[in-house]
Amino acid sequence: MNAALTALLLTVPAAAPLAVAAGYALVGLVTRRASRAVPTARGEARPRPQLAEKTVRHPGTAAGGVSVEDGKGEASDASAPVEQLLAPRARGRRPADWAGLASPTVILVCGALLASDVVDDGALAAYSGLLRADALTVWMLLVVGAVALIACASAPAHLAGERAAGRIPDVSAWRYHVLVHAFLAAMCLALVTANLGVLWVAIEATTIVTAFLVGHRRARTSVEAAWKYVVICSAGIALAFLGTVLIYYAARQAGVAEAWALDWPTLLARADRLDPAVTRLGITLVVLGYGAKAGLVPLHAWLPDAHSQAPAPVSALMSGVLLSVAFAAILRYQVIADAALGPDFTRVLLTGIALLTLALAAGLLVAQRDYKRMLAYSSMEHMSLVALAAAIGSPLALAAGLLHIAGHGLAKATAFCASGGILQLRGTSKIGRVRGVLAQSPWLGALFGLAVVALLGFPPFSLFASELGIARAGFAAGAGLGWAMAAALLLVLIAFAALATRTARMLLGPGEPTGESPSALWPLVLGLAACAALGIAVGPLGDLLSQAAAVLERP
Amino acid sequence: MSEGLFTQLLDLACGAFLLAAVVVLWRRELVAIVRLFALQGLALAAIALLLGLHEDRWDLIVVAAGIGALRAGLLPYLIRRALTALVADQEQGETRPYVRSEEVRETQPLVNVAASLLTAAALTLLAYAVARPLVELDPTPATRALPVGLAVVLIGFFVLVTRRRALAQVVGFLLLDNGITATAFLAASGVPLIVELGVSFDVLLAVLVLQLLTVRVREAFGTTYIDDLRELHD
Repeated sequence: MNAALTALLLTVPAAAPLAVAAGYALVGLVTRRASRAVPTARGEARPRPQLAEKTVRHPGTAAGGVSVEDGKGEASDASAPVEQLLAPRARGRRPADWAGLASPTVILVCGALLASDVVDDGALAAYSGLLRADALTVWMLLVVGAVALIACASAPAHLAGERAAGRIPDVSAWRYHVLVHAFLAAMCLALVTANLGVLWVAIEATTIVTAFLVGHRRARTSVEAAWKYVVICSAGIALAFLGTVLIYYAARQAGVAEAWALDWPTLLARADRLDPAVTRLGITLVVLGYGAKAGLVPLHAWLPDAHSQAPAPVSALMSGVLLSVAFAAILRYQVIADAALGPDFTRVLLTGIALLTLALAAGLLVAQRDYKRMLAYSSMEHMSLVALAAAIGSPLALAAGLLHIAGHGLAKATAFCASGGILQLRGTSKIGRVRGVLAQSPWLGALFGLAVVALLGFPPFSLFASELGIARAGFAAGAGLGWAMAAALLLVLIAFAALATRTARMLLGPGEPTGESPSALWPLVLGLAACAALGIAVGPLGDLLSQAAAVLERP
Repeated sequence: MSEGLFTQLLDLACGAFLLAAVVVLWRRELVAIVRLFALQGLALAAIALLLGLHEDRWDLIVVAAGIGALRAGLLPYLIRRALTALVADQEQGETRPYVRSEEVRETQPLVNVAASLLTAAALTLLAYAVARPLVELDPTPATRALPVGLAVVLIGFFVLVTRRRALAQVVGFLLLDNGITATAFLAASGVPLIVELGVSFDVLLAVLVLQLLTVRVREAFGTTYIDDLRELHD
């Protein structure tokens, strides 16, 4: 394939969502200005604080920052007139919500085109190695694209529900779109870059753009979740940067030139020359730091708060792919560490972290009273299974781990989007106050139930195949890992029981049918169908999956 | 510049860098803490400048100027502005800001000052112990000062964990970040330019986000005591 096309295919997954975000920001600004031109009684002329202007480098950056201090106190009063003013036009502007499907479509198309090239010709690179795609990159891009498709396709229904309930003023819908697409752009950049420094910058950028998505409601709980999210993730990921710096130091001392000392393929090729003591320290920091973002102990405390407070489609994206994008970063470092230090170091580290995370998640699932937090802890459970697969490190375990990432992404995105529907239906996220969802709203209830069934690891969904694969690989890997695997399975069983009884409690029981229209739920059906299809046959993705696992294999 | 003078000046800058972090633990007024953070930014810029002069690298001198502008100028300005906004909001036209307001003092840190200073000493020793393999790999004057960067990282974490004011936590995060940047300079004369730019941009945005969130915390809870954030738990 010629160089220009390669460069284009590697640039577009990150650039297209950014362009969509910029487009939303521009249109949002224009409509905001138009609505400001209409005089109203009070405060309405004041713009609400908009991060949008900052993320897309709009000239109004400084003004956007200042307006926050001015706008406070009037925020709640201002929203009402805005809604009245814009309500008649709201219907006409709904198509704008659907424009958000452009980014996931582009990511999926680029992923598919890259897949055929990567499977045939091996890794592709562009811009003197800054962007690079191997089978792992492409696999993760496809997962991001698929989960983003579910999340973005569920967004119009979610936003319509929020508008109808008067929970969001119209301007924050624009802000929502801008931030979601900037979020997608940052995740894609983290996947396609080969430079470990740029990888860090992209993952930190995901924290920044999602901060206001988590805190979008301005209620006490949302603000608290957003604060914890930004502080814990920024501090955690700062550790990962310190680790990156130490690896860079080791690489420079091993004689790698400055421009290539953070380049992943170069580091992998020269890994045997890295100083073991410095590398050990660096890798530990990197695993702890990116582990914060991937929901692993000890810096996991942000996860249940943020996932329960974010809007449902954003929770779907965060849980479905953000965690695994951060974990993909750990996987990249793991290969370097294994080449430099031998496999035992990361194996012990990751097994320990995975078992601790699993124990914590299982324990808190048993006592859980909030269904969105329940799904969040279930994400921690599944990420620790993926970490365990990485610790085992055999080809079967790695392939199963990557399949688990895909299956969990699809099933969890579906579950979170459905839980958003239940939240809008019932107005509470307490498990104890929700009963009879199946009777009240059969489609929504069934989809939520099936998504949880998928998460529990029942066939035909792909999590069954991947959990089976991880367990088999674990017991085949030797006595130490076999015991770890046995402990993990016991903990998974506890989580299984907790998740199953709580979901059954929510779904079953008497309820008044609401006469829902199932038409808005097609993205969820699509997600479950994809998850089931992956479980039955990997099909054309099989080659890609085995090559992606081969990228991570121990030398 | 002679080798001896370079070493002395570098050690002086590193000493000032560490001292600023330790004094942050000692002071309780947020204004003083922000001023110390700005001084630390200057010391960090001086470290980068000295390394640039020593290695005759102009790009490093430009980076030093950029770091000075960001960490001794822009970031302290942003935090000070947030502080002024909080105070003005509380006092509603009080002409002597920073005097009475509860918001500008760290009145009840989790650990008292004496214990904090002792912890800082312990953390510095820990940093020296942890950094031994790093120094042994390539013992130059710059890498011998490397434990200072790690000590500031640890002290930053300590501030982040023990201080209860939202803005004091922001300063803790920035101390942590200064420590990492110093480590990068002392270990390998800084990360490549594109990464340095990305990191600085991310830090700036993170501070802007935290500043906005501080205002929202204040709106929602009526205070910026992070201990009061207790709505979410299991």
